[in-house]
Amino acid sequence: MSAVREQVRRRSEAPARTRTFVITPVLVVYLALAVLLVVGSVLVGVHGGVLLDHGGVLNILTRGTVLGLVAIGQTLVIVTGSLDLSVAYLIGLCSLVAAETMAGSTTLIVPGVLAALAVAAVVGLVNGLVITVLKANAFIATLGVALVLRGYLEHNYTGPAGSVPRAFQHIGYDRIGPVPVAALLMLLLAAAAWWYLRRTRTGYHMYAVGGDVDVARLSGVRTGRTIVTAHVLCAVMAGLAGVFLAGRLGSGAPYVGTDAGYDLESIAAVVLGGTALAGGRGGVAGTIGGVLILSTLDTIFDDLELDSFFKDVVRGVVLIVAVALYARRRTAGRSA
Amino acid sequence: MAVTHGTPGAEDPVVRLEGIGKSFFGVPVLRGVDLSLHAGEVHALVGENGAGKSTLLKVLAGVHRPDSGRIVVRDEEISFASPRDAQAAGIAIIHQEFTLLEHRTVAENVLLGREPVRRGQVDRRALEAETRRLLDWLGEDGIEPGTEVARLSVARKQVVEIVKALSADARVLAMDEPTAALADNEVELLYGLVRRLRDRGIAILYVSHRMREVFDLSSRITVLKDGAFVTCAPTADLDTDQVVRHMVGRPLEALYPERASRPGAVRIALRGAGNERVRNLTFEVRAGEIVGLAGLQGSGRSAIARAIWGIEPFTTGTVELDGVPTRVTGPRTAVRKGIGYVTEDRKGEGLALRQSVRDNTLLVRRAACRGAAARQAADLTRLLGEVGVVARGPHQEVRYLSGGNQQKVVLGKWLAVRPRVLIVDEPTRGVDVGAKQALYRLLRELADDGMAILMISSELPELIGMSDRILVMHEGALAGELPAGADEETVMALATGHGTAA
Repeated sequence: MSAVREQVRRRSEAPARTRTFVITPVLVVYLALAVLLVVGSVLVGVHGGVLLDHGGVLNILTRGTVLGLVAIGQTLVIVTGSLDLSVAYLIGLCSLVAAETMAGSTTLIVPGVLAALAVAAVVGLVNGLVITVLKANAFIATLGVALVLRGYLEHNYTGPAGSVPRAFQHIGYDRIGPVPVAALLMLLLAAAAWWYLRRTRTGYHMYAVGGDVDVARLSGVRTGRTIVTAHVLCAVMAGLAGVFLAGRLGSGAPYVGTDAGYDLESIAAVVLGGTALAGGRGGVAGTIGGVLILSTLDTIFDDLELDSFFKDVVRGVVLIVAVALYARRRTAGRSA
Repeated sequence: MAVTHGTPGAEDPVVRLEGIGKSFFGVPVLRGVDLSLHAGEVHALVGENGAGKSTLLKVLAGVHRPDSGRIVVRDEEISFASPRDAQAAGIAIIHQEFTLLEHRTVAENVLLGREPVRRGQVDRRALEAETRRLLDWLGEDGIEPGTEVARLSVARKQVVEIVKALSADARVLAMDEPTAALADNEVELLYGLVRRLRDRGIAILYVSHRMREVFDLSSRITVLKDGAFVTCAPTADLDTDQVVRHMVGRPLEALYPERASRPGAVRIALRGAGNERVRNLTFEVRAGEIVGLAGLQGSGRSAIARAIWGIEPFTTGTVELDGVPTRVTGPRTAVRKGIGYVTEDRKGEGLALRQSVRDNTLLVRRAACRGAAARQAADLTRLLGEVGVVARGPHQEVRYLSGGNQQKVVLGKWLAVRPRVLIVDEPTRGVDVGAKQALYRLLRELADDGMAILMISSELPELIGMSDRILVMHEGALAGELPAGADEETVMALATGHGTAA
């Protein structure tokens, strides 16, 4: 055996035996978040403010709550190798359904929430079925559904509608210290989604379908059902975001989701969190890190009183740099 | 589970194929083929490319439904509507391309779709324990169930693929060219694995071109030729010559065109060229010459092509084109300097499958030339005629063409810019015998017109039949040069590092 081959062999197989400390994308995301918090604190400090005071923490977490809810759902579909562009309009629709069903009455809170989530689930089901049964590309399918929702909203609403009882508005504003209750609920759901992806069979199958749909099918995974499940869960998460926003605003608003650009923003958070856009790898932990990075950036910009155009430029650059870094790591890993 | 039963040497065949026939678009690919596989037997299936081996495998795997004949599994006639049915009947195919999820662990891959569940969640301990049990049963203790598949070597991925099949209760394993992607030392490990599988009562169909493996491992050999069953005999009753004669069944001379009479001036010369993968290469290719490049997988054959063409350029030494020292820094410069490269992966790198014959043929010219030269397409008909593409017309998408015609389009693409040097990597892979002959003639005509051709091929008969000289690679360096008509043993001896240059 020549020395060269022996060396090649050893290099390629060494990690199989020694489970060394690996730098995972999740770790990178949270390191980046930590660096951002330090740099942000310094910058805001120089500007004469404090980033992580009571108001700052509140600001970051409040911003992160809605985006977090949407991005958790988006993570599920992206891991499965799909995509959902309809979430932004769905958020608006669900805020309206919730607010109009409640109509200011405390007794109708539960029916209102359930009605909104049911509508969301149906939209998710349609997304999933269009993709699996009609075999439409996920990008086009969910864009089509988004357009249908927009048409419905534009035809029927000109502005806010419905009314949310005061009791339910607490969900939007109650907090423990600087931590909003809603943010805790969002993190709880993130933990549940993490468990779902990492511990249940359906979660395993989502990774498999996203990794290689043919391999999954030939291994006996019901791929269609897996994709539909991911879309329904994603839509329900968007529905929850809509209900929460209705609670904060006191009424439903048709464009509350699109104005904030939650469709592309949620995809950005997922990708920033290290989940492969092609599917099959990544997870919720990284996504929450991505969400926190984006909301921290926004808070820093607010504290620095930068104009919003500059804000978008920086966000764009951050996203591109992150994806380029992941791509680099991946190619480096392949040639090693 | 596969582990619990299995009686080695059972008399009844596990699977019997009888009189299998299959045609595509009216062209018969299989004609009345019989094959029976017994538990605890390694059965070799041999034949030239295009003899119908892969179609037969696909029939066995439930990918294709035979037009005639029957499939009998354990005395019961079965028809497979899909690969799932074949799996359920205990038949698994180990393809050259693995069906593993790179970013999941070994255990997650092995039990994909059948994960053990306990109290609503996947029982990860049982998942890993079951995988370890199967690995132990096979005597493979070097693989950890918790390792990500992407971190394993090719040989170990192959083991995982086999374990995955076994976990689905496979009784029959069909292995398609299992050593194609393995290094020499890994081949030995595979031998051991195949023998252990056999001893544990698995029926193995071993498809390979390599006579040595066939004779080392199998107990019976079935030979196919041009889609028909030729013979099936115990390995002990045959020798290599007999098998080859059964496979070829016609004089080889007819297949290959006459060699070059007198090569012209040196077109490309490498002087001490090397990079990360290859080192110290010095050789020349002359106008009118076809120089064969032999070597095992991973010996650096394709790396030379990629380096000359600037994908992973040489970092040491020099390259001269028509006597002028040249630095090729990327594919674009390569094309401009008159170097063409027909890649190994025709569908992935050679063609835009969903584009027309016309667009593919003009692809390089449009990319490399400017202005009028790029736009003029008047000689498209002449080009296509020259390479002899059979298509419904220039507007047909190339994905609907046969492998041979696709390869002709790739060659046409390069002819459109009239390169001085043409590198062809596995030019006849997946091409039937008739089209092969046409490609051989075409390559020889190009050489006669003054092109210098460097040909890489894993098929030794082809390489020997076509080349005016053969360069043999071994572990990234030239192991030697052989004249036209060298025999396979000499080439293999050099390629495996056991020989000296003639």
